[in-house]
Amino acid sequence: MCCGDNALAYLDAHASWHDGAKRLSERDLSGFVRVQPDGSARAELAVEGVRCAACMAAIERGLGALPGIASARLNFSERRLAVSWMPGRTADLVAVIEKLEGLGYGAQPFDPRRADEPEKAELRRLVRALAVAGFASMNVMLLAVSVWAGNVSDMTAENRDFFHWMQALVALPAAAYAGQPFFQGAIRGLKAGRVTMDFPIALGVVATLVMSVFETATGAHHAYFDGAVMLLFFLLIGRVLDQTMRRKTRMLAENLAALRRDSAARVDENGRVQDVPVGELAAGDLVLVRPGERMPVDGLVERGTSQADMSLVTGETAPVALAAGDRVYAGALNFDGALTVRVTAAASGTFLDEVEALMSRALDIRSRILDLASRATRLYVPLVHAAAALTLLGWLLAGAGWHAAILNAVAVLIITCPCALGLAIPAVQVAAAGLLFRDGILLASGDALERFAAIDTVVFDKTGTLTLPEPRLAEGFATDPGLLETAARLALSSRHPMASALSQLAGERTPFAGAKEAAGLGVRAVVDGVEMRLGSPDFCGARAAAQAVLAWYPDASVICVRIGDGGPVALPVHQALRPDAIETVAALKRDGYRVTMLSGDRRSAVAAVAARLGIEDWSAELSPQDKIARIEALGREGRRVLMVGDGLNDAPALAAAHASLSPVTAAHVSQAAADAVFLGRSLEPVRTVLAVGRRARRIMMQNLWFAALYNVFAVPLAAAGFLTPLIAALAMSGSSVVVSLNAVRLRFDRSAPRPRPDAPAGRAPQQAAPALRAA
Amino acid sequence: MDVLVFMIPIATGLGLVGLCAFLWALRSGQYDDIEGAEYRVLQDD
Repeated sequence: MCCGDNALAYLDAHASWHDGAKRLSERDLSGFVRVQPDGSARAELAVEGVRCAACMAAIERGLGALPGIASARLNFSERRLAVSWMPGRTADLVAVIEKLEGLGYGAQPFDPRRADEPEKAELRRLVRALAVAGFASMNVMLLAVSVWAGNVSDMTAENRDFFHWMQALVALPAAAYAGQPFFQGAIRGLKAGRVTMDFPIALGVVATLVMSVFETATGAHHAYFDGAVMLLFFLLIGRVLDQTMRRKTRMLAENLAALRRDSAARVDENGRVQDVPVGELAAGDLVLVRPGERMPVDGLVERGTSQADMSLVTGETAPVALAAGDRVYAGALNFDGALTVRVTAAASGTFLDEVEALMSRALDIRSRILDLASRATRLYVPLVHAAAALTLLGWLLAGAGWHAAILNAVAVLIITCPCALGLAIPAVQVAAAGLLFRDGILLASGDALERFAAIDTVVFDKTGTLTLPEPRLAEGFATDPGLLETAARLALSSRHPMASALSQLAGERTPFAGAKEAAGLGVRAVVDGVEMRLGSPDFCGARAAAQAVLAWYPDASVICVRIGDGGPVALPVHQALRPDAIETVAALKRDGYRVTMLSGDRRSAVAAVAARLGIEDWSAELSPQDKIARIEALGREGRRVLMVGDGLNDAPALAAAHASLSPVTAAHVSQAAADAVFLGRSLEPVRTVLAVGRRARRIMMQNLWFAALYNVFAVPLAAAGFLTPLIAALAMSGSSVVVSLNAVRLRFDRSAPRPRPDAPAGRAPQQAAPALRAA
Repeated sequence: MDVLVFMIPIATGLGLVGLCAFLWALRSGQYDDIEGAEYRVLQDD
């Protein structure tokens, strides 16, 4: 089991790409510490790199040795660490993080206000209800079986009544407690004017219990307490599974957010800089954005000049110059100058405002799509209630009297009570989510699966989706390996994001001693009397060389290197394709999907990528409106579109598409709009999601048909008055088990895509390095 | 069979004790870190 959890490992591997250039000792983290009522301080951290039992012991003992720490406890399943300090001691969170780094684990604190999660409370409530229902069904069944046996042998009437009253004593309070999720759901639905699946469940349980009490009071042979509590037990299993999946997804997403460090350096009125969670910033605050960092918030540049990569915002890869008064958006990557940014609320007329307006309209349209479960409910509820009403009428007309007529009508309600239907879809969703999770895909909602199944067109964004989010040295560029190594070691001293394309290639991971970075220009170092420079063409006197290289690589930027008096060399750096982008696009086309690319980037850059991938159908220089218009046009043609994108400019398109997918590096708004988020550098998840979606839908349909078939046999039986409690118990548990087992089949399907072989430990930059040197 | 009047409630009561024990365990966080617990049991400290 140790180290076997692929998704967590991808998460770890991913998070470490985001290591900012910020030095830890410069950070003031007191905003992440919460003071408990007894005066002690407490903080929670997301920890990456925890693999096995030894890690746990090392972390807890290592931190226990720090002064002032009262306790440090690692939650292994959640990869979260809770640290508390002794009362009266100042909480030195920086020391804790440094200690963890010394031990070899990355860690970032959580926003303390995120700690109380509604998901966790809901899960606990459901588990408690499940425990009560489980206890009740066991004990009631024990008594019920005795009565069934007694009815065909020599049980006295007094004993039978006593056993029935005992069942009532257990079942009534248990159902009142364990049935609450359904009762509340039914009432909420009715208030909103809808009949949800909770309604027939609540009605069935209440009717059964009332009838059973009446039967018991009149000394009848049969009571149906066992049926009512068993129904609740099975349905609660479905709910607990569903909630567990939601919570796991959310927990991982939160860890990821913390490790991506959603914090900002706030500058107070005295000029002091303090790290605070992004959620704590208010409009009007000043934030410092250092070179190499991403903008944490939207705002206006107050001081400083720099260049920024806005590709996460607009899809445009060419750097944009920024000066005081310019508007910046969260997610833009600051290049070479420090900026002071004043936080603004989303003002009307801005880019973000426009994106949000488009998005809310698209989400509104999508919310009107009925998922399989609601369609089944719509069909099922009136049918069941009609069947019960018909039974009642039929028996009355046949002259059977009120008692027999009501008894049989309630029997119809119990037997149709959607045990199988209630499990048919959630069980499949849970199994599919587990399968996707194993491959590093986090599903946002279960009903997305059936939408993935309907897809026939895949629309890709270019920047950050088909290409990797960080720049790389252009493929096929041949140069002296010694020079490249020198350039790479120089790049280690730079915070410029473009330098990271080179620094990944460094064989020796130590920067040159005495290397200095001049902001906006480059890095300079003197080794053995030889001056070496890495930076902009002007800084290296390499304008001519740069022009020549740019003519060959139209979609690249250049970074130049000069050693001593030798001629300067210009290195083309661009956003490389994801390692398996070509294969994935080809495979999608082979499988009969129409593949389209919609990008906000300039025409020449998009054309180059489209040619390499073999995508004939592409458009460039699109605004968010254009993108959403294209998606809607495809929808009007009857196409079911899967949108894969990461930028803020893709967010409306993600919301408008039939289904959507985002890489984990996507802008927050986009991730929130996407149906699933995938980790890692591979593009394979696009195919995985489509394949799993199709199989999940097939199994859901099988389950629904099975539930329908079950009702076709069971309803006439109940309506005819042949339903004894024994048959009801067998039918209900039998059908639930069949649907659940069918759902589990999804995990053992032979056609399941294999987990990707590229282990998270082998991150692509290191793998790519030898190949380039050989060239 | 008068003894049933005592035996059945006692049996149900025992089941109830088990339920309370589970709810207590849930409340006191015994199920919060199931993966960690399987390793912690092996630590000697």
